Amino acid sequence: MFPKGTKRKFSDSGDEPAAGGEDVNQPSSVAVRMLSSYSLQRQSLLDMSLIKLQLCHMLVEPNLCRSVLIANTVRQIQEEMTQDGTWQIMTQALSAANAAAQCSADRLVATEVLCRQTEATQGEQVLKPFPAVGSEGCPAEEEVVVEGEGGVTMSTVSPQAPTSYLPGTFGMDPCWEEENGEDEEEDEDSEECGSGSEEGDSDRLVEDSRTAEQVFGTFEIKNPAPSPDPALEELFSDVDASYYDLDTVLTGMQSAPKMGPYDLLESLSSHGPSPLSSSTSCRSDLNELDHIMEIIVGS
Amino acid sequence: MEAFSCRCYQFNLLLVMLFVTADIISTVEFNHSGELLATGDKGGRVVIFQQELESKNQPQCRGEYNVYSTFQSHEPEFDYLKSLEIEEKINKIRWLPQKNAAQFLLSTNDKTIKLWKISERDKRPEGYNLKEEDGRYRDPTTVTTLRVPVFQPMDLMVEASPRRVFANAHTYHINSISVNSDCETYLSADDLRINLWNLEITDRSFNIVDIKPVNMEELTEVITAAEFHPNQCNTFVYSSSKGTIRLCDMRASALCDQHSKLFEEPEDPSNRSFFSEIISSISDVKFSHSGRYMMTRDYLSVKIWDLNMESRPVETYQVHEYLRSKLCSLYENDCIFDKFECCWNGNDSVVMTGSYNNFFRMFDRGYRQDVTLEASRESSKPRSVLKPRKVCTGGKRKKDEISVDSLDFNKKILHTAWHPQDNIIAVATTNNLYIFQDKL
Repeated sequence: MFPKGTKRKFSDSGDEPAAGGEDVNQPSSVAVRMLSSYSLQRQSLLDMSLIKLQLCHMLVEPNLCRSVLIANTVRQIQEEMTQDGTWQIMTQALSAANAAAQCSADRLVATEVLCRQTEATQGEQVLKPFPAVGSEGCPAEEEVVVEGEGGVTMSTVSPQAPTSYLPGTFGMDPCWEEENGEDEEEDEDSEECGSGSEEGDSDRLVEDSRTAEQVFGTFEIKNPAPSPDPALEELFSDVDASYYDLDTVLTGMQSAPKMGPYDLLESLSSHGPSPLSSSTSCRSDLNELDHIMEIIVGS
Repeated sequence: MEAFSCRCYQFNLLLVMLFVTADIISTVEFNHSGELLATGDKGGRVVIFQQELESKNQPQCRGEYNVYSTFQSHEPEFDYLKSLEIEEKINKIRWLPQKNAAQFLLSTNDKTIKLWKISERDKRPEGYNLKEEDGRYRDPTTVTTLRVPVFQPMDLMVEASPRRVFANAHTYHINSISVNSDCETYLSADDLRINLWNLEITDRSFNIVDIKPVNMEELTEVITAAEFHPNQCNTFVYSSSKGTIRLCDMRASALCDQHSKLFEEPEDPSNRSFFSEIISSISDVKFSHSGRYMMTRDYLSVKIWDLNMESRPVETYQVHEYLRSKLCSLYENDCIFDKFECCWNGNDSVVMTGSYNNFFRMFDRGYRQDVTLEASRESSKPRSVLKPRKVCTGGKRKKDEISVDSLDFNKKILHTAWHPQDNIIAVATTNNLYIFQDKL
């Protein structure tokens, strides 16, 4: 990727992110803010990309070119985050969170089967990744983390969540789990984990083109919420891609965002690489989740 | 850029026809003489327009096209193996050079290519001995004399009949078809493979390019467009999602995985972002009529390449550079994946491509001028020349300018076509077909 010190531009940010490594050693408040703003934007771009890969319309074979481009973007971000060290933080956070909560062990359900289930209930349940939101009791906290060099995982981490948001298997390989372990080791050891991800991998696809589509970052909904909140239904049923707007200027092309971009970035930042917070602050978590849901689904 | 202070080459375009289609237009193509214009739509229909002959009454209306034939080319299908629908949307239409009275075209959806024969019937036989005129059979005992049936003129009827169906050769979605200059073969390209067909043979095709990796997890690049060279029947090009164009010579080997030439412009490091690769993805590639150049369209620009120079294009035209700062939003709403096409005029001096807000752009290569025009009913007053449009990128917006934030990204012009000889252009908005001609 880029050598440290190369100026990088994140297109839509008003700020120019600071050059890679230099400013870290001489923190000025502006530089630090710019750097974290860049990280937030990068994280939100990652989130956006992962969701795009998830929302494949399963009635018709999805566009392979689009999926490949999005997957490449995810890979790019992954590589950069690996070099920054952000990747390891998220990975560790996830493994800690997974250890704490009894996450569903059956991550290996075939992609195809799950997508078909999704397809069957398409209009209603395709966009229900967070069944705990809106329901009573402690909500699940959602994190987007990347697990080593393996599949990207979105997991609902909650001790009580009856439904689990199945981590996305980037491949249907039954060896995925053990390889995942290896990958985590690699992450910590190898310097070249960034380039290594080209190979063994986040994007393990199978021959079949349709499955390739699914596998490009599918986040299967294993057990959809049994009794969905009608308000939530409405929220999810209307997928408006303009869920947020990183450039405030462009109001003409999208519906007005519910909150300004900086609100979103803040809510994302509080949600970033932080480990699982306990369910003591349920209410604030719920609000946070609401925010995130709005972002993701586009109310 | 100033709106035409120096008028060396003027784009004085008049709207001559506006056709509202039932469904979203997905492809537009003139035939080799320009007399016929075919459109394909999302519903699998093909509508063919025919140019009216110049009449003495209205010599200035040579651009007038009327509906000539309409037929259902493709139907929706269901792939039972994968449990997926196969869309009937027509991705591309390509005309064959005319050999006899009938016209032939190839139309394709995601999986199947069909060869259609369009023929005219303006005579019918009359005077059968055993049949009445309405087709009922006569009682043979009532036949007392014999006569020879003769052809009598009738109202023109245009018939479209499928002559060949080329199916089951593509695992992935077909994005291009291209007829070879030998008029015997054609290629079809999907995301990962290119096949060569003989127009007469439907049960066999040769695979000439295969970029599918053994391990699909290594897939990072797909084929986006392909075209045969207009004169050299052994040469074709294909473009990729990484912004490269490969020129292949079929004489070199049966499988053209090794390119003869690789055209790629080095990336501008100052413009690098997470969207760099996506916007470099080539959505269309077209050879010039001369065969000396080729044009590629990526998200923000049109590039002209000299086939003799692989290192960089000889000309680059910015279509809508003001979108560069909006790429994240365009990624968000998927507009960044829109596939714009481009086309040459008859003598390769002007190129044209579409944009958003029903704008389309023309670049005059010789005079180094460009213009932005709009295809909309409001801006296309009868008998008045299309007014150039301007997008205001910042600061004070002048009168008649439109600001970037007011652009309608749902109104996109993806498909345009230029008459092979005259200055007549066909521009497709979502479901309107505009035909403009040069004011004489």
